[in-house]
Amino acid sequence: MTSIKPYSRFSGLEPLVVRPETNFINVGERTNVTGSKKFARLIKENKYEEALSIARQQVENGAQIIDVNMDDALLDGVQAMTTFINLLQSEPDIAKIPVMIDSSKFEIIEAGLKCVQGKCIVNSISMKEGVDKFIEQARICHMYGAAVVVMAFDEVGQADTKQRKVEICHRAYKILVEQVGFDPQDIIFDPNIFALATGMEEHNNYGVDFIEATREIKQLMPLAKISGGVSNLSFSFRGNDHVREAMHSVFLYYAIKAGMDMGIVNAGQLVVYDEIEPQLRELCEDVILNRNNNNNEATDKLIAFAETVKAKGKETVKDETWRNTSVEERLKHSLVNGITDYIEADTEEARLKYSAPLEVIEGPLMAGMDVVGDLFGAGKMFLPQVVKSARVMKKSVAVLTPYIEQEKEDRKQAHLAAGTVNEEAAGAAKILLATVKGDVHDIGKNIVGVVLGCNGYEVIDMGVMVPTDKILDTAQKENVDIIGLSGLITPSLDEMVHVAHEMKRRGMKQPLLIGGATTSRMHTAVKIAPQYEEGVIHVLDASRSVTVAGNLLNQEQKPEFLGNLKAEYDKLRDDFNNKKVVKQFLSLADAQANKTKIDWSNYQPVAPTFTGTKVFADYYLAELRKYIDWKPFFIAWELHGNFPDILTDKVVGTEATKLYNDANALLDKIIAEKWLSAKGTVGFWPANSDGKDSVQVQAPSNSPSGGGLVTLEFLRQQIKKAEGQPNISLADFIKPANDSQLSANDYLGAFSVTIQGIEEHIKRFEAAHDDYNKITLQALADRLAEAFAECLHERTRKEFWGYAKDETLSNEDLIKEQYMGIRPAPGYPACPDHTEKYKLFSLLGGEEATGIHLTESLAMYPASSVCGWYFAHPESKYFGVGKISNDQLEDYTKRKGMSIEEATRWLRPILE
Amino acid sequence: MDIRKELEKRILIIDGAMGTMIQRHKPTEATYRGERFKDWHIDLKNNSDILNLTQPGIVEGIHREYLEAGADIIETNTFAATSIPQADFELQEYVYEMNVEGARLARKAADDYTKKDPTKPRFVAGAIGPLNKTLSLSPDVNNPGYRAVTFDEVVTAYYEQIKGLVDGGVDVLLIETIFDTLNAKGAIFAIKKYFHDVNKPELPIMISGTITDASGRTLSGQTLEAFYISVMHAKPLSVGLNCALGAHEMRPHIEELSQIASCYVSAYPNAGLPNAMGEYDENPSDTGHYLEEWAKEGWVNIVGGCCGTTPDHIKHIAEHVKKIQPRELPVVEASF
Repeated sequence: MTSIKPYSRFSGLEPLVVRPETNFINVGERTNVTGSKKFARLIKENKYEEALSIARQQVENGAQIIDVNMDDALLDGVQAMTTFINLLQSEPDIAKIPVMIDSSKFEIIEAGLKCVQGKCIVNSISMKEGVDKFIEQARICHMYGAAVVVMAFDEVGQADTKQRKVEICHRAYKILVEQVGFDPQDIIFDPNIFALATGMEEHNNYGVDFIEATREIKQLMPLAKISGGVSNLSFSFRGNDHVREAMHSVFLYYAIKAGMDMGIVNAGQLVVYDEIEPQLRELCEDVILNRNNNNNEATDKLIAFAETVKAKGKETVKDETWRNTSVEERLKHSLVNGITDYIEADTEEARLKYSAPLEVIEGPLMAGMDVVGDLFGAGKMFLPQVVKSARVMKKSVAVLTPYIEQEKEDRKQAHLAAGTVNEEAAGAAKILLATVKGDVHDIGKNIVGVVLGCNGYEVIDMGVMVPTDKILDTAQKENVDIIGLSGLITPSLDEMVHVAHEMKRRGMKQPLLIGGATTSRMHTAVKIAPQYEEGVIHVLDASRSVTVAGNLLNQEQKPEFLGNLKAEYDKLRDDFNNKKVVKQFLSLADAQANKTKIDWSNYQPVAPTFTGTKVFADYYLAELRKYIDWKPFFIAWELHGNFPDILTDKVVGTEATKLYNDANALLDKIIAEKWLSAKGTVGFWPANSDGKDSVQVQAPSNSPSGGGLVTLEFLRQQIKKAEGQPNISLADFIKPANDSQLSANDYLGAFSVTIQGIEEHIKRFEAAHDDYNKITLQALADRLAEAFAECLHERTRKEFWGYAKDETLSNEDLIKEQYMGIRPAPGYPACPDHTEKYKLFSLLGGEEATGIHLTESLAMYPASSVCGWYFAHPESKYFGVGKISNDQLEDYTKRKGMSIEEATRWLRPILE
Repeated sequence: MDIRKELEKRILIIDGAMGTMIQRHKPTEATYRGERFKDWHIDLKNNSDILNLTQPGIVEGIHREYLEAGADIIETNTFAATSIPQADFELQEYVYEMNVEGARLARKAADDYTKKDPTKPRFVAGAIGPLNKTLSLSPDVNNPGYRAVTFDEVVTAYYEQIKGLVDGGVDVLLIETIFDTLNAKGAIFAIKKYFHDVNKPELPIMISGTITDASGRTLSGQTLEAFYISVMHAKPLSVGLNCALGAHEMRPHIEELSQIASCYVSAYPNAGLPNAMGEYDENPSDTGHYLEEWAKEGWVNIVGGCCGTTPDHIKHIAEHVKKIQPRELPVVEASF
């Protein structure tokens, strides 16, 4: 049978349950016209929207309950409360926390209660005007379902001694529970915090009275809660925040120990008890605990001390106030705000404070990253910020790692000496990430690694081009919890199928995550998931990876999660299988007959200014910069939108602008300090098609390939098209040779570009634990390669080939591909066979001329590389070959001189 | 006759959809008007609540069909019998009467069945619907602080309905299909105020919220636990969920509720999700199977159906859960 604990429970859109392990609850105090001048002004000026931002700030700063007070003689309190709370309730990120409706006028309280669906707290009611009124007000609060703060106040006055505080609270408690029907946990006492160090001796015991009353009230009425307005305490030190904050901390230290549960405090301004300078701390303790205070001795000392710090306190504080908070808060602040300036010193301070270096990671650092994870999950932080946070985290961990290693070693030695067995506790869940064999792309995988790392997972990143066995051996050796595969090019899809197949064969149990630009939910469902029963999950983007990992690692959620996924994938598979019957194919002969109709007799091919190749060993980067298409750069960072609109976007604009500025600053450096070099090759050759799907290229004898005929093989669309629509092949855009005898009266071109030199800088950033700059650099290199391709294509059209000499296009037009002629790449939709890259690179002069190495999956290394064919005919256009049927596969196999198995492997994505 | 005693013994069955059953009679404008409102200046079609006054036979007949199918609790035909929705028909002044008659019709039918088999007493729940105006949401997207109705107006409307239901003799009050918790809090406020004013002991309150979609939240944005915390002060006899979801989609939410609720738990889902034609087509035996599984898990005390369910569904549900022990009330501890 289940049991339910009598916890205090409040709610906004989300619950707030006060458990014994719940720490002190911060009640946000800035939406109070009596406490915040700014808020008061905004309300008086009817600027409610702006006033809302103060509330939002409170929530973001960690307030767990929001106090709203509209008690001002110049305000219509009922109307102001109603308007503000109604607005507040329309903002989900604020309305998620409970509201404390704060007023000394009951009509204003009731106005607030009428607007809140969640369980509120009324602040406050008391027996000030007699028991009858108290009961009446309590009954009304109860009808609204609100909890109440009861001030220790009766007909005689406000309770100042411990005895009076306890008596009044106990009396109020009995009335509320026995007569009105309140649950004890819905009662919160405010036993009155009064100002200390006023100079009047009769005030000197107020601190002790509160603390001791708290202790006794909790003993007498353990389910009730204790709250208070802490800033009253230090009223005598107005203007001296240094002393005030110290007093608040010392007071809370003792009051919380005595049982104080919540308070209206400015949490951002609290120093940690342990960090108060010892002299000040002791003075505060004397005043608060009323020690050594005969004849106001302690009071006078604190006042004297306050005078000394007043002057120097002023200059140091300013906008670096967060530096005055506890080391935990500072670490959190640095993590959330991505500030690296102090992280090493703060980490060292934390290391000395905690008993073990690991506790710093598991304690304050993880707590900070939890905040980052939550904010990211809630869409309040964006990827670039998260990566900056990760940079801070990694730097901090780097400070701690040597000490952790040392401790491990010490323990090991101790065990050896004692002859016992070392049983290290299992750490965080481990996730292995790898880009599969033959593929070199890893920006996306790096981002996933960072995001997972931010969420507390231990990420083992195996890098790129990792063979299946190596992935799986490591997974088993390290006993990882999840394996994640990434890939960008189509052959990687097969490699992933292979990994899944091997996992089954090895009898592994870890779930397998699939990600990367070329992967899809459909492919995962149809091809990969059936290979492996322990869970194969396609993960759309980095932000999704956290939820997925969370679901998979939670033993309770996992079966349902995988169950739902299986159902979803089964359905996708069924849909896929049902759909594919519908496709109608033409025979290859019919498709060839329906090729692009081009009137060659009226077409005079333009001869390029040269045939053969031209190499650009180190292209001017500043020139390439102008050709950068920024949109994919932002997409790499999971910021979606058009450039430059994204810089002013309402939601992501600020972050996008920061990222854009950071990227440009880095780019300045890259260019000025020549970090990278751009190497490119273009070539043009006489060429003719055979009227079907092959193109014969005549390489001159002085060309790097040694000259002679090279036959390029293209693929043709075979799906039945609408009336009048051709079945296109790239070969259609090259003039056919008459009588199969080569008459070199048309041309074809090719190009390759690559950005070299990134490795050492990546290593440097890795060593500095700087994923943010590492990923930015990788993304920039990709953009530069694309820019280079765009730049060379433009020069080809206007200059080298010169078939469009008069072209005038803006960069925007270039991005929209509004030029004449195309530059399709082998392996992409118009010519999906990657193996034609061999011919392309051979024509261009191979690795030596291009600086590009082809992997076994025909990915290009360096990863920031682009290649393609140039077609000049005005009717040439980009298209996708789509699925082909068996007759074309057989024909293609023959043309290529491949085995059916090999051709099938390379063409699998376009085979039915 | 104490409903709490029955709840200790067995899972109680609450009836199914009223609207679905009314539509089986293919009612026309004339049906709704009846003799009494034949000259009313506004069309009354689809005003189900007016049928309590114009076609009591139809309403009572539906109650009897559900009782025959095995329902332990039947709901009065008063879902929208409050002055705010009835204002659309300008029938505000008949609201009290609609509730009294609605309660009497159900009372009569239930009592007949209790008499037939006193070992299986039948209960009448006064149905209190969510209103067509909502307190937490602005109908004007450009003015999020605007509200189409005030808390006081909501309380006044519910107060009148409650008075009618109590005068008509209901056993419990059922605040149902709650998509805005603040409206429900208005109803709870009205109930407490009414019984305080007339100085009578409160009737038990049943509370049934609506999770609108896969987000797992109410339309007004609360999580299930936040919703429950917000209505706990009603000290309800039961808390549960109805409408919007079919049993399949409702399952995880009922599981959660069964863990956190200190009172009894009720569940009456729709007959699946509407199909492409907007019709509910889940088989009665399927609904029965779903609810049987929940019962076996020990999650529920009161089960039945909402939109699209029929006496046939109720019959299947009743048979499926007949031999299963009800969820035991959790122990509410007095200390941590």
